[in-house]
Amino acid sequence: MNAPNPNAIEVTKLKKQFGDFVAVNEVSFTVQTGEIFGLLGPNGAGKTTLIRMMTTLTPPTSGKAEVGGHDVVTDADGVRHAIGVIPQALTSDPELTARENMMIHAKLYGLTSAQRAQLIPQLLESVGLTEFTDKLVGSFSGGMRRRLEIARGLVHSPKIMFLDEPTTGLDPVSRTAVWEMITKLKEAAGLTILLTTHYMDEADKLCDRIAIVDHGQLVALDTPAKLKDSVPAADIVEAEFENPPAGWNATLEKLNGVASVADHDGAIHISTTSGPLTVRELMDLSRDRGVNVRRVSVQGTTLDDVFLYYTGRQLRDAASETVKRDMSHLYK
Amino acid sequence: MKLQRISAIIERDMRKFFRSPALMMSSMIFPLMQLIVLGYAFGGKIKGIKIALVDQDRTAYSRDLRERFEAIVAGPQTMQVENYNSVSDAIVDLRAGFVRAVVYIPVDYSRRVDQGNRPRIAFIEDNTDNFVTSEILTRMQDLVKDINQGLNPFQPGQRLTVPLPRLNPLVDLQVVELYPYIEYIKYLLSGSIAMSVFIVAMIGGGITFIDDKSRGLHEGYLVTPITKTELILGLIFSGAIKGLMAGTTITIIGGLIAGIDRLWDPVRLFYLMIVLGTTSVAMISFMFLLMVRVSDPLVPRAIFGVLNTLLYFPSGAIYPVEGFPVWLRWISYIDPFTYAVHALKALLLKNTGFSGIYSDILILSGFSIVLVILSVAFFKRQI
Repeated sequence: MNAPNPNAIEVTKLKKQFGDFVAVNEVSFTVQTGEIFGLLGPNGAGKTTLIRMMTTLTPPTSGKAEVGGHDVVTDADGVRHAIGVIPQALTSDPELTARENMMIHAKLYGLTSAQRAQLIPQLLESVGLTEFTDKLVGSFSGGMRRRLEIARGLVHSPKIMFLDEPTTGLDPVSRTAVWEMITKLKEAAGLTILLTTHYMDEADKLCDRIAIVDHGQLVALDTPAKLKDSVPAADIVEAEFENPPAGWNATLEKLNGVASVADHDGAIHISTTSGPLTVRELMDLSRDRGVNVRRVSVQGTTLDDVFLYYTGRQLRDAASETVKRDMSHLYK
Repeated sequence: MKLQRISAIIERDMRKFFRSPALMMSSMIFPLMQLIVLGYAFGGKIKGIKIALVDQDRTAYSRDLRERFEAIVAGPQTMQVENYNSVSDAIVDLRAGFVRAVVYIPVDYSRRVDQGNRPRIAFIEDNTDNFVTSEILTRMQDLVKDINQGLNPFQPGQRLTVPLPRLNPLVDLQVVELYPYIEYIKYLLSGSIAMSVFIVAMIGGGITFIDDKSRGLHEGYLVTPITKTELILGLIFSGAIKGLMAGTTITIIGGLIAGIDRLWDPVRLFYLMIVLGTTSVAMISFMFLLMVRVSDPLVPRAIFGVLNTLLYFPSGAIYPVEGFPVWLRWISYIDPFTYAVHALKALLLKNTGFSGIYSDILILSGFSIVLVILSVAFFKRQI
């Protein structure tokens, strides 16, 4: 046996072109064994194409990708045995029951009937679907189907799991359930998980590391905390004062790390590199000047700020741009 | 290639099939309806065609002719004779569709009989309906033959008084019928059985295949280690099992309706199963080749009618291939329906045994092998 490769996924200059349109442009990254790695980006950024190339569903135009030590082009079968994939679309068969869906997949992976008999009830229990084992999937909610598909993707005990937008279209309760399941999987089975999402909170909560994808390119890659730290003046301190003296805003602007001060609905918004530091200085200054502080709050950097910083756009705007591009044929 | 993966796909398809009774019913009801309606609509003898008879001669000769005519039509009741006084009235009614033909005995009929000068009867037909026209014409020819036999060609106007010579100089055609008379519904049954297999292939191999593809269900299978040969073989075998089931059901129900003799003959049933199995594989592989690159779920629905017309009618199921123009014959040569219908007719109408079907089975099998190879070649395992 070879020593386990510390990298579960290695992607080098991977590119996919559809005609003139470059969906993924020479993207490189590595995913370490046992981590949850997130690809964050708006719809149409190239996340699904990237995941399809890594899961052998789409052949790359150029570049190289190794998944679980197998090349996606030359050893596609090796990759398929090593991975579990939950595609973006709901792919469980609505005309079959939960158990039947699991069973057909288990057979496709070559599991024996003893293995199937043991694993299927176990997996269904782990996703909380035991009582729905023999119900038709057509009667399931979106969240239940997603959970079943996660269980189905685990039927052959893969080492690496790909989840393409696992919570898109789910209600908040189902989203939380799916998040919990993903965290549990990582801890219990030591799985390496690669997921794509366009939800900032999801990436922030789940992922050990995040790669921000925009227009088919990787624009940033790091842990959520480091990504946030890398954004200058992104903390906002919001404060209200009872008796601000004249020129108070200008005084505040001189505090350490403050980038700008603006009035906002009777309160003052201070953009700063460090919220806590600014608050301390602000309180000291107010006491010295005899200004009464009515309210102070700090809003830390969010991944929205990170996205804005690296792409120059809000994630929301990026999404609507994509929609416009996708629908452009309707306006001709 | 792993059998377990092929059988997993078959299992999936069969479970889905038994869950949707609508699919099973529609694959059987349409061919049965067609068998019954077409079988009874076309199968019956034509009866009660109204004919106008205008006798302007009004002599013993013309009365004799009228009596013979009425005697000929009275037997099979093909026609119903109405007497008219004027030709113009009769033609007005012919144009209006109240009568289908006018038989006109002109004023000089009896004189010409006496003179031996080619006596004439006019037959004016509404030839917009070929079936009716050919039926009446046959009766009219019988009538003329009957009259001619009674006339003496050597002594005009004289009835034959001496018996005909013992040796008849005319050539006589002796018709030997190999099989008992076959009603049209029996003739049609083979086509209906092939049709039920075709509908299963169309729905199972075309519509549900593309629907599953467009719903994204295929993506879930393509990420597993299944190869495209395994996937296609699985889908073709499951389709063939469904086709065989539908075909067998229609053979039995249709056979009972059409009144096929000795339907339960086990040897014939065995051969029927072989024909139905090969037909099913051929039809489903044909459908797969057509659909292998299609992803729009509307396509199989849109071409359903086209395929049905293009495959069913040129097959000889409802009209003999020998009656086709050359281009249509070519379609029938490459149409799997043709061989299925030929083999089914051989078994159901003539009970030929293996000798009557082996060439069809060979052609259908060869056809299937080529189509499966092409389907695998054209199938894209990637998205």
